[in-house]
Amino acid sequence: MIVFNEVSKIYHMGDEVVKALDKASIHIRQGEFVSIIGPSGSGKSTLMNIVGCLDTADEGEYFLDGLSIKKYSEKSLAMIRNKKIGFIFQNFNLIMTMTAEENVELPLIYQGISMNERKARVKEALEMVDLYSRRKHTPNQMSGGQQQRVAIARAMASKPSLFLADEPTGNLDQATGKQIMDIFRSLHEQGNTIVLITHDENVAKQADRSIKIMDGKVYDESLKEEKAPEESEAATPSEKPEEKKPEEETRQSRKEGAEA
Amino acid sequence: MILQSIKMALKSIKTNKLRSFLTMLGIIIGVFALVVLVSLVSGATSSITDSISGIGNDLISVNLFDWGEGTYRMSLKEVSALPEELEHVALVAPAAQGTVEAKTRMKGAGIQIYGTTAAYAEIQGYKMKYGRFLMNPDCENHTNVVVLNHETAIQFFGRDNCVGEYLKLDGRDYKVIGVIDSGKEQQSMMSMLLGGGMYTVYVPYTSLIRLVSNVKLSVDQFYASAVDGDTKAAQSELNDYLTEIYGDEDMFYIFSQSEISDAMDKVTSTLSLLLGGIAGISLLVGGIGIMNIMLVSVTERTKEIGIRKAIGAQPSAIRLQFLIEAMTLSIVGCIIGIIFSWIVIEIINIIGNVSFGLSIPVIIVSVLFSSGVGVLFGLYPAHKASKMKPIDALRFS
Repeated sequence: MIVFNEVSKIYHMGDEVVKALDKASIHIRQGEFVSIIGPSGSGKSTLMNIVGCLDTADEGEYFLDGLSIKKYSEKSLAMIRNKKIGFIFQNFNLIMTMTAEENVELPLIYQGISMNERKARVKEALEMVDLYSRRKHTPNQMSGGQQQRVAIARAMASKPSLFLADEPTGNLDQATGKQIMDIFRSLHEQGNTIVLITHDENVAKQADRSIKIMDGKVYDESLKEEKAPEESEAATPSEKPEEKKPEEETRQSRKEGAEA
Repeated sequence: MILQSIKMALKSIKTNKLRSFLTMLGIIIGVFALVVLVSLVSGATSSITDSISGIGNDLISVNLFDWGEGTYRMSLKEVSALPEELEHVALVAPAAQGTVEAKTRMKGAGIQIYGTTAAYAEIQGYKMKYGRFLMNPDCENHTNVVVLNHETAIQFFGRDNCVGEYLKLDGRDYKVIGVIDSGKEQQSMMSMLLGGGMYTVYVPYTSLIRLVSNVKLSVDQFYASAVDGDTKAAQSELNDYLTEIYGDEDMFYIFSQSEISDAMDKVTSTLSLLLGGIAGISLLVGGIGIMNIMLVSVTERTKEIGIRKAIGAQPSAIRLQFLIEAMTLSIVGCIIGIIFSWIVIEIINIIGNVSFGLSIPVIIVSVLFSSGVGVLFGLYPAHKASKMKPIDALRFS
């Protein structure tokens, strides 16, 4: 369902070339609950942007549901994001001037769904996160946990094939974080594919399996198990670049600094 | 989708009430200036052209000058024969005027007197209230008959039905044969233009020769009307004919009412255009204000744009949203401007005791123009918003 075939993403910072993602290969199946774990500056955000079709790869190929993403225009990417991907962000990313209800409804408007259908889906999604009673509230009238639940409802409403969560508990206290993770688990039990990006081991542990990312290099163990017998080379390139690691790290941290 | 965008636009205008109002102010003032100025000008124009056309648009007036000894003078007969010679000239009525002392038992006063022929009433479009106008036998026999205008009848006889009575003109008795209906303003307007007074009477041209010393058989002035209202053709025909007779264009002067109204139309349409242009410039300035605010708004809402794009808004949807927002600002401003100008025109009407109406074409023009301004100046900010990259926009805080 998500297949990365040696995907690279290169940033040019002046004269320097920063490889935010270096020949990353990933394979995530339908219905899996996968966490992607790595320290800050490891290329997590870049990975998430590419998986979420917010950005495209410079090299390599990315297949989502068997479709190669590289070829698509901005317009088609928007459509894919709209229909296939439900985003959950660390800072919730709700539109502050809109009520919970309107926020959840927004992706459905962009899908061109009829008013009645929208109302039904909004109700369903908000009830799922137990916030239907607060549908008329704007984000700043709600706690962080509630805002994140609205964001999850927004992702659910468009019935995506993939939930993509970027540090969803990062801005929340532990109790609320746990609440959010429970929602993810129940979403998973309903058969949804969930990709959770985090730097927190404890959060990552709750997923079925973890993919580690470090300095733009991805270690997808399931892929190794599958492909190791066939391609013995797969292990070699992943070892070689480790010699360069210190240099890469300084570049990465510089890049992170620039972004912040 | 469009409905949703309009809703969103109204919402974002509502959340920034003061700013939106200040932005709209440019458009409000522009539309207000446009509608009020053009309505006033066209209101004034139509009242002026109404009174001009009331005189009769197809009336041609010809003056023949007397440059002293040796100049050729057209006689009454020659003038009267003009319609037979010129195919575009329908009727001709020579006219001479003077002032005489009129007297009845009730009143005596100086009055304006015209000596003319039967065709005069038809050329001027006079309707008779009582009796008849002058007829050809009256002129041929220089009978002492007189036609009064309404005001004269009332003042000299105390009633308008005074046919058969006698009016003394410089001591001689003239029989009243008709009274002109002055229900219309035309006579007073005409006599005002010709410098006449309120009391006007008409006698046969030939009779006037006997009454007033400087009126002779040679004609100084005559009126003509054109066949089928084709004033221009008749005018040029007369011009050619008279040039041939006199050999000099300075010997006569031809002039028609349509010339005044044409000139008037030109003046007022230029005036409307000028004022409209100035108002249009202020609308344009208002549009720039909208563009400025839209650009600020796009920057301010970068994050919102990023979120919208992340959850699947197409670039075209974002563009539409901002475009509609700009258009809503300008159209709402336009509507407020129209309402405001309507109120002001009503106030002018009450205070000035006039009746200016809102000019509908101007309202249509201003609605079209300001939505055009909205589109024109919303296009760039909307385009800018739609071209934002979702990741860059999301990172913005």
